[in-house]
Amino acid sequence: MAALSTSKNMLKVTTKLLSRRCFSTGRALAGQQMTVRDALNSALDEEMERDDRVFILGEEVAMYDGAYKVSRGLWKKYGDKRVIDTPITEMGFAGIAVGAAMNGLRPVCEFMTFNFSMQAIDQVINSAGKTFYMSAGEVNVPIVFRGPNGAAAGVAAQHSQCFGAWYSHCPGLKVISPFSSEDARGLLKAAIRDPDPVVFLENELLYGTPFEMSDEALSKDFVLPIGKAKIERPGQHLTLVSHSKAVDTCLEAAKLLASEGVECEVINLRSLRPLDMDTVLKSVSKTHRLITVEQGWPQSGIGAEICARVMESEVFFQLDAPAVRVTGADVPMPYTKSLEVAAIPLPPDVVRVAKKLLGLK
Amino acid sequence: MMSPTARLVVRRLNQRNQALAPFFTSTKSFATEASFETRPFKLHKLEEGPKTSVTVTRDEALKYYKQMLTIRRIETASGNLYKEKIIRGFCHLYSGQEACAVGMKAAMKPADAIISAYRIHGWTYLMGVPPLGVLAELTGRKSGCARGKGGSMHMYAPHFFGGNGIVGAQVPLGVGVAFASKYRGDDNVCFALYGDGAANQGQIFEVYNMAKLWNVPCIFVCENNGYGMGTSAERAAASTTYYTRGDYVPGIWVDGMDILAVREASRFAIEYCTSGKGPLVMETATYRYSGHSMSDPGTSYRTRDEIQEVRQNRDPIASFKEKIISTDLASADELKAIDAEVKKEVDEATRKAKSDSEIPMEELPADIYAAPLEEEVRNVAPWEPLRHKRIGSAVNLN
Repeated sequence: MAALSTSKNMLKVTTKLLSRRCFSTGRALAGQQMTVRDALNSALDEEMERDDRVFILGEEVAMYDGAYKVSRGLWKKYGDKRVIDTPITEMGFAGIAVGAAMNGLRPVCEFMTFNFSMQAIDQVINSAGKTFYMSAGEVNVPIVFRGPNGAAAGVAAQHSQCFGAWYSHCPGLKVISPFSSEDARGLLKAAIRDPDPVVFLENELLYGTPFEMSDEALSKDFVLPIGKAKIERPGQHLTLVSHSKAVDTCLEAAKLLASEGVECEVINLRSLRPLDMDTVLKSVSKTHRLITVEQGWPQSGIGAEICARVMESEVFFQLDAPAVRVTGADVPMPYTKSLEVAAIPLPPDVVRVAKKLLGLK
Repeated sequence: MMSPTARLVVRRLNQRNQALAPFFTSTKSFATEASFETRPFKLHKLEEGPKTSVTVTRDEALKYYKQMLTIRRIETASGNLYKEKIIRGFCHLYSGQEACAVGMKAAMKPADAIISAYRIHGWTYLMGVPPLGVLAELTGRKSGCARGKGGSMHMYAPHFFGGNGIVGAQVPLGVGVAFASKYRGDDNVCFALYGDGAANQGQIFEVYNMAKLWNVPCIFVCENNGYGMGTSAERAAASTTYYTRGDYVPGIWVDGMDILAVREASRFAIEYCTSGKGPLVMETATYRYSGHSMSDPGTSYRTRDEIQEVRQNRDPIASFKEKIISTDLASADELKAIDAEVKKEVDEATRKAKSDSEIPMEELPADIYAAPLEEEVRNVAPWEPLRHKRIGSAVNLN
């Protein structure tokens, strides 16, 4: 009798686990995994096949197969016309990409890392971002700027900045910051099909990470809505909101807190502009506590924006504690390994802050 | 002013016309075309250049004359509106440079593209926007070609990609526009214009490289009016031979005050680019009578004598007018009639541009996105969101 009820419980738990894993993504089949890199690669391939106007340009995207191998195999398949190696001249090739988009093509412009996008930032913001508005809705710019963003490992200060706050600051741009392979696939496809300029912030450290993929996520027309967050893990005691690699940090922190009886709701923003405040506010009105977690710098960051919006909403009155931010330390990134590790929030940092908010030791 | 060859041609044409005169009811005898010699072109890395013997028909001449005059009048009206404080912010006038725009447009095919910086009121008109669309955009009213939301520096029309405020940024954009033409396999070119000041921008050299490397049909046009704001060319550039600055990109120097020379050089450039030879640089030597913008009197860095000298001896409209009259392409009266017609049109447009209303407040959050993902746009204060609207026709939607 006992054995039967145990296996019944096992079944219950397993089903619960499985359904939790595939919250809002459809059926998950055990064993269908895909790295973020492959997810991006397949998205690029499928969108290029679907629409002749889509082409890729950037440094090393063609013959080298991509500095991070994201565009592997595409030059071999599509040739010189559609996968173009550029000289190391960001301002020039970003401008060319924007002009091509103004004249009807659908470029995917890669910045080897978004640190180099600063050389071209005028073209991204002033040419791509503002032209539709300045032309009173005549000239839209269907371009995607993509590449790795934020901290990597051991690449020091000039190669480690997160540009989420800078780009999401600007009306006229759409800004995406995916976490999982499903995010990467669905959102890159959506970005390429979108008629507005999209800044697509990837993460180098996630490229090699495999994630479960549903059948739906692997289908050719799988598109995720830009501007909608995903609840990676439901919970009722505390809301953790983050984007990109920091989502992982939150999930790990959630595991640690779960062992002490604290159930965190982990929200993966997926997009930074628009910001899905509906999902955040709904969660906070349930949990009454909020921590935003990001790897970027604290001042004027993503967390600052989320907390400000919570303050301005009715949900403020639902808070049982101040909404706080966990962010990268306010320092340029050092090369020294132990210091680098200390400059970015780790799961124990989130746990420590959570316990303080909850009044726990 | 006319070369012996031109005079000979005109005499022959007149003789022929006189012989045929009894068969026409008109009592006037006009030449149907006239030929002229331009100043020699200077070439960089080119074996052959544009022809210096140019011909213009009567109809063409009248069209170009009217176009240049309209631009001049629009600019004069703009200057006055600015002084009345009805135009605000920036206002960069093209007066003196008319032959450049009209000459290039005369050579362009209907689907050739052009992009420039901010001295673009004349180009906007040439690319199909009536004077009212230009002037009302300057006064920020709803009849403006961008509903008043862009202003002086952000005007657009089919195949005209603005209107760009950041010096030099328009040149990579122009290469991109031409790149798209090449990608699609149509035989259209893009004229990417910049001034002698912008000519030192790094991004221009970046795209000289890519345009040449990839054989992009882009014609780089340096409109050298001698000054980048208040800094003369010689004080800003170690090399002022702008048509050679493309180095491995061949170049042509053109007398930018001669509309027929500009047209001829532009024709040559289009032919060159569309035959797959890649990009070309064209330097048009021209002059602006006004300061850099309306906030610059234009006299602290150059003498009034210099400005006067150009006005009196090299004005593009006056010299073309003289060409027309002296070769009997049209009479002085006929040109006067065109003057009156243009004045009337521009005066009327100016009147309307002054009295027209602005777009309503609901359009503040309009057309931020072609495919908006949120209905609400944050206002100056919380709790009072604006609502995004879509009004324009978004040429690159699907």
